[in-house]
Amino acid sequence: MTDRLIKILQAGEAENEPGVNVLVVGNDADVAELSLDGVDRVELNFPKFSDGRAYSQAYLLRRRRKFTGDIRATGDVLIDQLVQMQRTGFSSAVLKEGKDVADAQRQFERFSDFYQADVVEQKPHFART
Amino acid sequence: MYQYNEFDKAFVRARAAQFRDQLERWQAGRLTDEELRPLRLQNGWYIQRYAPMARISVPYGELSSAQMRVLGRIAREYDVPDAALLEDAQEKQLALGPVPIPGTDRQVVTRLEYGYGHFTTRTNVQFNWIPITRAADVMELLAEVNMHGIQTSGNAIRNITTEALAGIAVDEIADPRPFAEIIRQWGALHPEFAFLPRKFKIALNGAEEDRAALGWYDISLQMVKNEAGELGFKVLVGGGMGRTPVIGTVVREFVEWKHVLGYLEACIRVYNQYGRRDNVWKARIKILVKAEGQKYIDKVEEEFRQIVEIDGAPHAITQAEYDRVASQFVAPQIKRTPRDPAGARVHEIIRADAEADPLYDRWLQRNVLPHRNPELRAVVLSFKRLGQNPGDCTADQFDAAADLADRFSAGEARVTHEQNLLLPWVHQDDLPELWAAARKLGLARPNIGLITDMIACPGGDFCSLANARSLPIAEAITERFQDLDEEHDIGEIDLNFSGCINSCGHHHAGHIGILGVDKDGKEWYQITLGGSNGSDLSGPATPGKIVGPSFAKEEVPGVIEALIDAYRQLRAPAGDGKLEPFIATLRRVGHDPFKAAANAARFVERETA
Repeated sequence: MTDRLIKILQAGEAENEPGVNVLVVGNDADVAELSLDGVDRVELNFPKFSDGRAYSQAYLLRRRRKFTGDIRATGDVLIDQLVQMQRTGFSSAVLKEGKDVADAQRQFERFSDFYQADVVEQKPHFART
Repeated sequence: MYQYNEFDKAFVRARAAQFRDQLERWQAGRLTDEELRPLRLQNGWYIQRYAPMARISVPYGELSSAQMRVLGRIAREYDVPDAALLEDAQEKQLALGPVPIPGTDRQVVTRLEYGYGHFTTRTNVQFNWIPITRAADVMELLAEVNMHGIQTSGNAIRNITTEALAGIAVDEIADPRPFAEIIRQWGALHPEFAFLPRKFKIALNGAEEDRAALGWYDISLQMVKNEAGELGFKVLVGGGMGRTPVIGTVVREFVEWKHVLGYLEACIRVYNQYGRRDNVWKARIKILVKAEGQKYIDKVEEEFRQIVEIDGAPHAITQAEYDRVASQFVAPQIKRTPRDPAGARVHEIIRADAEADPLYDRWLQRNVLPHRNPELRAVVLSFKRLGQNPGDCTADQFDAAADLADRFSAGEARVTHEQNLLLPWVHQDDLPELWAAARKLGLARPNIGLITDMIACPGGDFCSLANARSLPIAEAITERFQDLDEEHDIGEIDLNFSGCINSCGHHHAGHIGILGVDKDGKEWYQITLGGSNGSDLSGPATPGKIVGPSFAKEEVPGVIEALIDAYRQLRAPAGDGKLEPFIATLRRVGHDPFKAAANAARFVERETA
């Protein structure tokens, strides 16, 4: 079982929070060059769930830039991508309208572990066992 | 062969359970068709012309006899359409019309079969008729023998391939299979690379000769040793077929083996970020590499540097991990018990029978390959024979091939790029027995590397992407070249056939390529000449050139015959007592006489596609 660390919000739950400094980053932005000073949350968008650019952006923000604030997935966010979002560094996700959080929990319970290193596991499976 | 440990086993079981969960949510309406699509594709499930198609992963082609028996069981019990579906499909395919066999008054009429698996050029196994309602059961059955369909489709890292002689080739620098397995594990459910701009194919080659079609892959890894004698990889990126055939570019002459995963990560991360997503025909990495050139390479090098220096090279392969995986690819102990007098007499009879038969000699020439262990041979079972489509294997044939693998090859077989099965561990003394047994099964046709050993995709009889059928034309060509004397006289040739520009049949790399195209809803075919997969026979990888306007389906077998006739008239001695092969003649005399021969085989002058 993989612990669920990512915060899952229903569509509509994610209202503007006063005092939270949000940086909305486009899919074509090079996150190596972003100024992250004072940023509480980076929002990365999935225009379509099959557009995977934000996974690399999140990974680089977490692992390369060592960003410790919230990284939020918005847009076409579905149940079956939540585990990989967590693994690449997302800490919150706003589900697309009509998706049931109850279906999400099972996905985290299914795999005990994965082969690769990611942002949760710093080393690949072969280097941990 | 690699043996799954408990973690690997739990992983594929979890994957099967996950797929069942996804299918159930889809059936309950909680996942739309569109949402399910990439999920089922990344488990190998397509929706095809009449039924789903399941593509089962066979990493670098290796199959155990136990796995083959399960594939046989799936063919027998699951690859079964209901009668109404089959009847409807048969009727629609018949309406497309027959294909004449040159030199005869016979023609090929489509008859759809079921109950078999199909070997693909990327060493997977496909089934054409399994109902989607039984998909989850099939994946669970496969998981029991450590098989799966993970990333056999979708815009992710696909099945990792090597040549079929990996670990046994006489010209091998190093065995690529341990690295292929390590890369397979690294690529499986990679969280960052599950939604790339387009599909992503990686091939490895460990031999001097390129038998893995390296030039044609998104990333190719050629094992090399540097001046210090250390093992590593030369890396090519950006090869690919499709509408725009491109040969890969060397981006690195040497990557240390322990950093190969980090280098792959850099290559793919840059692609994930900058590859085109606006146009599916421009989305492969070849387009990015072509457009950006050195800029792409510089970006990859900088990314790789940061992976090593800032991330701390998290995926650096440890010696312990390499040793763990490599230890599972050591050659099996081939135990030989001396024959008792009765057994020795039987063996002598079988051997004498075989040696008296000219077919056996031809089989030794074509289907039996040298082995790094001088006592052993690699033997190719031919799945190119009249009455069955190229690369198709029935349930009974899976079982029989499993028996042959157990009896003659330490329980192992390999799916080859050319859609046959290779037995890698055959003792030379067993060749007569194996030949006799394979012959009974119809798997001893001595045609490996010859014209009827053609590569062909399933084409328009099954695939919804196909513009035209490949199978009836492949059958007409096969029937035309049934005379073994003639076929051996024609000699080595790569005839590759794709039903559409997706190029599953690698037509770009064929000495003769056939490509199905669509015009006004009718089946037309482009013929190309002079393509190469990069083998010693074929020369450096290159796409073939189009002969001219497309041919009607009725004309294609006759055009192939005309090209072969032209070759036989034009060929010259090769200097070694043999005649030069087709590709050498083509290169020497140029394409014009072949074009003229092909065009002369058109039935009538008319507007063409």
